[in-house]
Amino acid sequence: MTQVANIRELVTRNMRTSGIYIAFVVIIALFAVITDGLLLAPNNISNLVLQYSYILILAIGMVIVIIAGHIDLSVGSVVAVTGAISATIVIKNGMPWWMGVLAALGAGLLIGAWQGFWVAFVGIPAFIVTLAGMLLFRGLTLLVLDNISLSPFGKPYTTISAGFQNGLLGGPGYDVFTLVVFGIAVAGYAFSQWRSRRARLAYQQSVEAFPLFVLKILVVAAVVMWFAYQLASSRGLPNVLILLAFLIITYSLITSRTVFGRHVYAIGGNLSAAQLSGVKVKWVNFFIFVNMGFLASLAGVVFSARSNAAQPAAGNMFELDAIAACFIGGAAVTGGVGKVTGAMVGGLIMAVMSNGMQLMGIDQSVQQVVKGLVLLLAVAFDVWNKRKAGTGR
Amino acid sequence: MSSNILEMRSITKTFPGVKALQDVTLEVQRGEIHAICGENGAGKSTLMKVLSGVYPHGTYEGDIVFDGEVVSFGSINDSEHKGIVIIHQELALVPYMSVAENIFLGNEQRGTGGLIDWNKTNAEAAKLLARVGLDENPVTPVGQLGVGKQQLIEIAKALSKEVKLLILDEPTAALNDSDSEHLLDLLRHLKGQGITSIMISHKLNEIAEIADRTTIIRDGRTIETIDMSRPESTQDRIIKGMVGRDLEHRYPERTPNIGPEVLRVENWTVWHPTQDRKVVDDASFTVRAGEVVGIAGLMGAGRTELAMSLFGRSYGRNISGQIFKRGEPVQMRTVSEAIAHGIAYATEDRKKYGLNLIEDIKRNVSAAGLHKMSRRGWVNGNEELKVAEEYRASLNIKTPSVLAVVGKLSGGNQQKVVLSKWIYTDADVLILDEPTRGIDVGAKYEIYTIINRLVAAGKAVIVISSELPELLGISDRVYTLAFGRITGQLPVQDATQERLMELMTMEKETDKVQ
Repeated sequence: MTQVANIRELVTRNMRTSGIYIAFVVIIALFAVITDGLLLAPNNISNLVLQYSYILILAIGMVIVIIAGHIDLSVGSVVAVTGAISATIVIKNGMPWWMGVLAALGAGLLIGAWQGFWVAFVGIPAFIVTLAGMLLFRGLTLLVLDNISLSPFGKPYTTISAGFQNGLLGGPGYDVFTLVVFGIAVAGYAFSQWRSRRARLAYQQSVEAFPLFVLKILVVAAVVMWFAYQLASSRGLPNVLILLAFLIITYSLITSRTVFGRHVYAIGGNLSAAQLSGVKVKWVNFFIFVNMGFLASLAGVVFSARSNAAQPAAGNMFELDAIAACFIGGAAVTGGVGKVTGAMVGGLIMAVMSNGMQLMGIDQSVQQVVKGLVLLLAVAFDVWNKRKAGTGR
Repeated sequence: MSSNILEMRSITKTFPGVKALQDVTLEVQRGEIHAICGENGAGKSTLMKVLSGVYPHGTYEGDIVFDGEVVSFGSINDSEHKGIVIIHQELALVPYMSVAENIFLGNEQRGTGGLIDWNKTNAEAAKLLARVGLDENPVTPVGQLGVGKQQLIEIAKALSKEVKLLILDEPTAALNDSDSEHLLDLLRHLKGQGITSIMISHKLNEIAEIADRTTIIRDGRTIETIDMSRPESTQDRIIKGMVGRDLEHRYPERTPNIGPEVLRVENWTVWHPTQDRKVVDDASFTVRAGEVVGIAGLMGAGRTELAMSLFGRSYGRNISGQIFKRGEPVQMRTVSEAIAHGIAYATEDRKKYGLNLIEDIKRNVSAAGLHKMSRRGWVNGNEELKVAEEYRASLNIKTPSVLAVVGKLSGGNQQKVVLSKWIYTDADVLILDEPTRGIDVGAKYEIYTIINRLVAAGKAVIVISSELPELLGISDRVYTLAFGRITGQLPVQDATQERLMELMTMEKETDKVQ
């Protein structure tokens, strides 16, 4: 029997995940009105993506760490040390840009393996291991950089973050290429939604009513194409956005469709049960941290390319932004729950708020207060929601 | 004053979409031991939560009359203030705090200046311990004591609050027979001191032994209250009331069709992970295809430890011995190796070790067999859904959807999810540790039927159970385990509860000499 879900069910059934999207829309609308539309100006949107890309990259790794029931406090320092290594190679030693990138990524993998070893095989809580890592890698950054900034990287290194794909197909005042890429993405989205709907119907699961389904896709398509148009009329498609989109899709698939992803959720949901179901808990934990180290080094490359320098204090407090993004995005403090897309929306909420408040000329100190309160309220909402649904553990 | 200490009149409690209690009436006489029976989900716990103020006045309909006055509790504190104390199945003691600290937790014995008077605390605790017949030092950390003793400490804690009505939720579920006996004696003793008790229990023989009257609840309604002193108040009578039908056969019929040996374990010895003692000592046994083998042992005999150490060395250290699968020696160093060799182990504590309670049925069913539904690390989600639906149908998991969260299912349905998970791994030896613990009579029968189907399909099943009638009812052969050693092996035809108990308590001669 096929049950057709109505709108209300769609909203209430998954208040936990849909709540965050509603909040996101409300926050955008709020700041758009307050800033007289400045927030949604093409150049600002383009900037916003560039400015928060590294936090989003970190949040992808962080949400996996958090789902498994761990935490990583070291990512800010890892961003700094990998950027420093890259700068030493490219700027100090004059080697090609890709050598710097490879060295940074290699260092990230090693750092991840180091932390993963202590967490997974020695059994030290991740909080302690990464707290130590936070100090350790910050110290190494200072050593590598000899306490001074290194700059500039110069092109082509900086195009990793500051570059755009623009003018490939020309266009009157806006970049057609950007629009085409987004158009293909939207078509792909619609197709995959339609396929999963058909599969669900074939397995006699409940789906939303067809008009609602079409409406949902049209709304998503409209929003995405509007966003694409804004980018196209600004500087075109940022390279970082291509990287980010690739990472989001890849990691969404990894968490939801692979055995590894399942094992991450299983470990976070009930460690003992996972162990007794044959999950190789130690190796899964190890690779979670290797992956976090890799993504942190990628964020390190992106950040150093964007700032065109490696600084001793780079990446300071990034870990907190990444962690906040995950929790605002619906990850559970106790582990076992969370989504890559949720963490992305969580990160964007923080980005829009910071950006909006900057446009309004609000003081940095007040911004911090507001961000802190939003994090607290988001988790409080989650706890309240869980209690209402009666699924608390 | 009326002879009833408690009257709950027409209690109706509604949760969104469900009527958990409908017009329930409960009358408890002063000074009696009153048992409450019912299948899981019948509403027993809900009724006790209404009584103790967990569900505050106003969230339910109906009246509660306690000690001659209508009461309206807003919280547990209110009900405790009136002398109603509830002891939950999961004990609420802090393991690192001492016995005395636990007894007076939240009710600290203050001296001058509001500081805790430790001499008074310990002295009062010692008096309470004497009342419950527990010979322990009040400063001992609770975590060092066994479950049986912890239960007594909970009762001592209740006594410290000058309890008039003591409610015990499944008090003997986790206790061995001698601890249970001691607890029941204590309840009788307290009755002599004028304390009324309400006991929720699944153990019908205990109810028959101790209760003065029994109220049966089914589907959120009171069925009847029966006087246990009458000759017709038998266990079968209670079962009939609980399930609403005659349960002539508590164990489904099966004609054994036993094939060749599947698993043989020789000289299996396991050391305690931290203490310097053997938990399993030189155990040897065999299981054959199509055979149900029971393992009987008291709490602490090493039953679970034996099973878990076999299952990919999930327990213990310095493990020695040989395992033969179909005559071939095999090594199983990890759980995944054990699964690959066709061994499955369903744990005794499904919530703690068996299930991911925050995930849905589908993902719990597939948890141990993901390798079967995935290629190159990618899970086939449609296949997963199909498998879950198949097991929902064949094992009769009662749920609106396989996407329902497992934590919300009843115990019996959770156990079926655990069984689904292991059956799906294609195991040919299934070790089921307390497969019917904490589930109701109807679901137990279903679990037995599933076990029968497994052996009919040529699987070998090992059942570990504390309930001897259950082992006698479903096994073909029973091993007894005592103090880590296998003390006997009986074909079920030759086994009686008395004979098994004798073997289960048999100590090693050399132990006595030491």
